Amino acid sequence: MSRLSSKAGLLRDLGKKALVTYIVAGDPDQSVTVPLMHKLVAAGVDVIELGVPFSDPEAEGPVIQRAHERALRAGTSLLDVMQLVAEFRNLDQATPVVLMGYLNPIEKMGYENFAQQASKCGIDGTIIVNLPPEEAADLSCYLEQHDIESVYLLAPTTTPERAAGISSRSRGFVYYVSLKGTTGAGSLNTAEVSGKVRAMKKIVKMPLYVGFGIKNGVTAAAVAHESDGVVVGSAIVDYMAFHENNIGELETSVVTLVQEIRSALDALVA
Amino acid sequence: MSDRYSGVNEKQPLLPDERGHFGIYGGKFVSETLMAALDDLENEYSRLKVDENFLATLNSDLEHYVGRASPLYHAQRLTEAAGGAQIWLKREDLNHTGAHKINNCIGQAILAKHMGKPRIIAETGAGQHGVAAATVAARFGLSCCVYMGSEDIERQSHNVYRMKLLGAEVVPVTSGSKTLKDALNEAMRDWVTNIDDTHYIIGTVAGPHPYPMIVRDFQAVIGREAKQQFASRQGGLPDAVVACVGGGSNAMGIFYPFLDDQDVRLVGVEAGGSGIASGQHAAPLTAGEVGVLHGNRTYLMQDKNGLIAETHSISAGLDYPGVGPEHAWLKDIKRAEYVAVTDQEALAAFRQLNLLEGILPALESSHALAYAMQLAASLPVEQHIIVNLSGRGDKDVPTMAKIDGISIG
Repeated sequence: MSRLSSKAGLLRDLGKKALVTYIVAGDPDQSVTVPLMHKLVAAGVDVIELGVPFSDPEAEGPVIQRAHERALRAGTSLLDVMQLVAEFRNLDQATPVVLMGYLNPIEKMGYENFAQQASKCGIDGTIIVNLPPEEAADLSCYLEQHDIESVYLLAPTTTPERAAGISSRSRGFVYYVSLKGTTGAGSLNTAEVSGKVRAMKKIVKMPLYVGFGIKNGVTAAAVAHESDGVVVGSAIVDYMAFHENNIGELETSVVTLVQEIRSALDALVA
Repeated sequence: MSDRYSGVNEKQPLLPDERGHFGIYGGKFVSETLMAALDDLENEYSRLKVDENFLATLNSDLEHYVGRASPLYHAQRLTEAAGGAQIWLKREDLNHTGAHKINNCIGQAILAKHMGKPRIIAETGAGQHGVAAATVAARFGLSCCVYMGSEDIERQSHNVYRMKLLGAEVVPVTSGSKTLKDALNEAMRDWVTNIDDTHYIIGTVAGPHPYPMIVRDFQAVIGREAKQQFASRQGGLPDAVVACVGGGSNAMGIFYPFLDDQDVRLVGVEAGGSGIASGQHAAPLTAGEVGVLHGNRTYLMQDKNGLIAETHSISAGLDYPGVGPEHAWLKDIKRAEYVAVTDQEALAAFRQLNLLEGILPALESSHALAYAMQLAASLPVEQHIIVNLSGRGDKDVPTMAKIDGISIG
């Protein structure tokens, strides 16, 4: 079993809420990424989602689009992202790292080559935004051979029948997209999300983490009341944009936000 | 019922398959939020394409609103200048709004009405699809938002104002290369956000399934008419059919009814920009590689890391790094051939058609004309080539004037 499934299972057994954070690898440049990953772990992050920058990130809102642009300006390729994970593994063998991105860079690298390299670099899973399970058979086959887990997404528009099929294919956890929209969109109606999550939990047997629209401790706690964990992306990336020219400030502000969310989640189960 | 749109034609190959694949191409590569909407669209379309009322409404609008059938014109002076095979022009430029784009927009607007969606969105490059979408929105009482790259807004200001006159909102897209591909990204982002009340009218035979199929079916009226017109005017079948390919909707529309006629050469003409060797072009079928973008697997312009490359063409409507998946399939099975002509060659053809036939073609269509003239020169006079003159060039007059150093204000 990979680090990802083990960790998600352990958190569930302990009754702890999972905190997953998203940053784009290479944002604002590649020297920032690995030290920041270690600081995220120290601040209480359970799983790191590492965005792979892409020229056409069609599911992202403006905040994460710009992060992709910054990382691409810094010359960050898929291969670079994998090497950053390998570097992270020199000091951290425990924290699951999941790559999140779009299919084309992986297609270009070749599925088998990608799976081999990713495994070698210590990558535990993938979330590919534009790869629904229907199109994923070939890639999953290679990923499974190399013990890399595929995490799939559920959306507010997903029918119960689809949700059952998707959750049976997802490994580690299932990512529930809280709202119809792009990343970083508007404000979350936490009561509505909770209702949806309750309904989804009847279908989905594995850990269900909720992402999109979680900005701070308050929204995280409200959402995690029903879910097994939360994914925080745009709120962190927003700080990174604001402090892109002062890495000290960048790290401090991100760590402060993560600590706030960690405390809010822990208070739920205390 | 007229023969303008008869739904499924049993004689055609049954592609795409039920999951939207043309061989290895096509498919549904989208975020989960969109999957339900694509399923709804597919179900609604399957139901409506055999529904008498739907077909009656569509055919009536194609005749009385769009002005179909469009003429098939024997361009004799152009033929003489090319010095070979006879050149015929399928006059999609004479449609209401000045291009073939309206054929698809009428169909999809009626679909949107049936699905109870009061709002439509569209992406546009040259502005022709945006104008057609804004037009049908006005015609059917739908609200309309058009996404357009800020660079294209600059080069197609005439169409931007036209869309505004039609009551549409035009949203400039400043991300990425600020052209058609980025407008498509932004339209997808809008759709995922407003999926409950919005139908996305994709303007070309690309995007996730069922779009490549739906747009092809609505555009196939071009080929059905051309085939029948040619048979009654000249008899038999043409020797070749030539059309420009950006996303590929006008080409797919004229090719589709000829797919089973193996003796008819089908030639798609891509934008060669400054020349294929220069790398400054928009010709993924000629010089691209297979990848996944905008919901489908197809040939793409991309770099060694799988990032989508910036494209170049004098014509905004062809300035797109991908191409419809059915074209990718037709290329691989060698049923159609794909070539590229440069900006300069297209400009020369643009001027020639003005001078020799008194017809102002769109710069997009000028690519097809340029290749058709080369092809005609290599064929005997008793052979026949149909060129899809997909749009008129009024929108390109400012670009031409700028090239000629003339200020027209």
